[in-house]
Amino acid sequence: MSLGTAATRTTNPLLLALLIAASAYVVATHRTPTPAARAYAAFAKLAFAVLLVRMFFAIALGSPVPGTHILLTLPEVPLPHWAQGIRLGGKVTAEALVFAGYDGLRLATLLICVGAANALAGPARLLKSLPGALYETGVAVVVALTFAPHLIADVQRLRAARRLRGRPDRGVRGLLQVGLPVLEGALERSVALAAAMEARGYGRSAEVPARVRRTTAALTLGGLLGVCAGTYGLLTAEGGTYGVPLLLAGVAAALAGLRLGGRRSLRTRYRPDPWNARAWLVTGSGVAVAALLSLASARDPEALHPGVVPLVAPALPLWPAAAILLALLPAFAVPQAPKAPKAPKEPS
Amino acid sequence: MIRFEDVSVTYDGAAEPTVRGVDFEVPEGELVLLVGPSGAGKSTVLGAVSGLVPHFTGGTLRGRVTVAGRDTRTHKPRELADVVGTVGQDPLAHFVTDTVEDELAYGMESLGLAPDVMRRRVEETLDLLGLTGLRDRPIATLSGGQRQRVAIGSVLTPHPRVLVLDEPTSALDPAAAEEVLAVLQRLVHDVGTTVLLAEHRLERVIHYADRVVLLPAPGEPPVTGTPAEVMAVSPVHPPVVALGRLADWSPLPLTVRDARRRAAPLRERLSASAAAGTHATASAGAPGPVAQCAAPLQDAPAAAGGRTGTARRSLFRRRPAPAPETTRTPGAEVHALSVRRGRIDALRRIDLTVAPGETLALMGRNGAGKSTLLSCLVGLIAPSTGSVTVGGVTPHRTAPADLVRRVGLVPQEPRDLLYADTVAEECTAADRDAGAEPGTCRALVSRLLPGITDDTHPRDLSEGQCLALALAVVLTARPPLLLLDEPTRGLDYAAKARLVTVLRGLAAEGHAIVLATHDVELAAEIAHRVVLLAEGDVIADGPTAQIVVSSPSFAPQVTKILAPQQWLTVAEVREALA
Repeated sequence: MSLGTAATRTTNPLLLALLIAASAYVVATHRTPTPAARAYAAFAKLAFAVLLVRMFFAIALGSPVPGTHILLTLPEVPLPHWAQGIRLGGKVTAEALVFAGYDGLRLATLLICVGAANALAGPARLLKSLPGALYETGVAVVVALTFAPHLIADVQRLRAARRLRGRPDRGVRGLLQVGLPVLEGALERSVALAAAMEARGYGRSAEVPARVRRTTAALTLGGLLGVCAGTYGLLTAEGGTYGVPLLLAGVAAALAGLRLGGRRSLRTRYRPDPWNARAWLVTGSGVAVAALLSLASARDPEALHPGVVPLVAPALPLWPAAAILLALLPAFAVPQAPKAPKAPKEPS
Repeated sequence: MIRFEDVSVTYDGAAEPTVRGVDFEVPEGELVLLVGPSGAGKSTVLGAVSGLVPHFTGGTLRGRVTVAGRDTRTHKPRELADVVGTVGQDPLAHFVTDTVEDELAYGMESLGLAPDVMRRRVEETLDLLGLTGLRDRPIATLSGGQRQRVAIGSVLTPHPRVLVLDEPTSALDPAAAEEVLAVLQRLVHDVGTTVLLAEHRLERVIHYADRVVLLPAPGEPPVTGTPAEVMAVSPVHPPVVALGRLADWSPLPLTVRDARRRAAPLRERLSASAAAGTHATASAGAPGPVAQCAAPLQDAPAAAGGRTGTARRSLFRRRPAPAPETTRTPGAEVHALSVRRGRIDALRRIDLTVAPGETLALMGRNGAGKSTLLSCLVGLIAPSTGSVTVGGVTPHRTAPADLVRRVGLVPQEPRDLLYADTVAEECTAADRDAGAEPGTCRALVSRLLPGITDDTHPRDLSEGQCLALALAVVLTARPPLLLLDEPTRGLDYAAKARLVTVLRGLAAEGHAIVLATHDVELAAEIAHRVVLLAEGDVIADGPTAQIVVSSPSFAPQVTKILAPQQWLTVAEVREALA
């Protein structure tokens, strides 16, 4: 996540490539054989697609970046007057293309970083770190997340079945016709899962005095309100004075509420992930990368945003590059035992 | 421990109660087996123990069910979770987390046990079920038997006093089933757990049961008694009981061992009548497929020699000498077929020929490559190397509409093949897909499934009916090669017997049939040839009698009882005695 934040601070393609390489290395050395880990490849593909789409739009719709190096000229399509400001076709300049490429790459890096976090931490592991009161919401989210892979497996199975019936198994129509059975199957599975969870004691709750319950509700609600108001204060110009304290008070109240709410839940945790020095190191390295890059962008914006007008070859700024290398730290700090991959990038 | 007091359950919208007058008690530490035909309400009774019926499924429960003194009317399933552990028919639907160890811990986490207790119990359970090597594995990568053991383990860790299992061995190969049953046996003996289980494959479980509860038909009150008493009257019974009834043994033997000790006189009678029977068969001609594969091995050449030239004649000849080329084109030919899926070799250099009119059973462990081979034959999977030819074409390069006329597959989950809302629509669609005359499919349905009305929804059909409908849909295109993947999963003995009749008829019409199955009794009844697969290799290929007799885990019960004589099914024995 921190790497993602770092990525938004720069458009330098060399730095971005370095970021991708760092995340890929960590994933390659530390992933688990769970289905979630395979998502990394899917995210990488998605990122590549985003890059291509961004380039395509730059070519087809033109871009506001002025340029002199004309690569080719597409026929310009005249548009009615209500679509003024949108240009279809026309000149394609090298500057515009490079700009779009940088921009696309930034987005792509962001996606890849999210993918890496997903592959390494996995929704189930994040669930383990949730406070007890939020556990049930968390389970719902995780069940929803595992829904997608099951859905894909169902679609594949039913398309195979269509083939067995002698119908074409490709094309949009083929896909649409399996839609209904797939949804039916998904629904049935959800019900079966719910029955299994119920039978295994999911949602058992302890008796707590009414006073505690009321305090919990008040604290949580008040806390959330405080957080909202505080954020609003921070974002609007005039609220700068009361914004920060209100936000902090809100967060504190909400946390206290969650803690109290946790008393109602009987759940205990089996082998919770210990939050030790190593985990701090891992999180710290991610945060450090983000902080250093932010600092660098404040100090020396030129190096991180190579100009496109006029066209120059991007240079590799030394210090930010070194900062990104920090992100490799988790790969060495954490032993490669198959069952101990620490999440190198906690949401920060 | 478990007490049913005059319980009846009526589901919403149903006119009749699904079960009625259920009144029995399961004492602590007993293993009680619940038997009965499909649709007799076994799952409903099991659900009532865990409280899922009626709290989760809806419907009305009359009477009283108490488990360890707790009334299920006042206790929700989650409040019974510490005394009752439930494993449903499909272990995959049961898993909440994605690794073995987390799954074992899940139930205890829900109950709020202390972390050190959880850790200790997880380790104990891993040892008890032999799962230590799998502790970090994602559940998605486990085989069927391993999944079933993990599912049992996951409900064992909270130390329930009652374990409820719905068809725990139906989807498993014989060895994996033994594994699971051995675990149950150990729980009952060492830990004193009370076990209530429902199972169709009685031959696997009947000798473990202390008592049997029989639900004879939907809505009829159950019959309770010792296994021998109940089996004497039960409409569903394993081959050993059928043989015992045939030979008038009393009390009925329930294990192969008991039966063997009684079987000496029967063996003598059989060897006498077999010698006489051979002459009768040879002179009277072929009385049908039963007798053809029924002829004991040593008599087979003689019996086949007495018959006029049928497709099967070449088959019998093939066994002693390597295949003399038949004049008819083979139904399917597989040559040096290898398939890689991911990093695993699913199949390694398989050579296989299926002749028209031949029934071939593919057997082997879960994950041995049976389904992969079937998928290759029907073109769902492209071979990595080697070639597959079905009816003169390469399946994975042929358009689906053309391929259905050459080969048809009934998948493991026959419901996948059915989309329409009514049986009639399904049939019309099948006729259209296959380019057959309108009404072809409906005629087949009427033959396979008499008494099904046009407006029935396919989802309301039982497992056996669903299979028959899917079979009819596939047969509409009249494919000369018919493939079935695990056709007897979830079928009771009656449905299985109907399936056997249908398949025999098809084979006699010249259809080549390949079935992947764990059911040794089914293979013994209809297969002419058995191919054993292990880890993607063919490890044995030969006539059924030869293969199953030589393998302890794949031998049907009748073979085990009457060894060293080579009989496969009760029907054969009955025929020989008649």
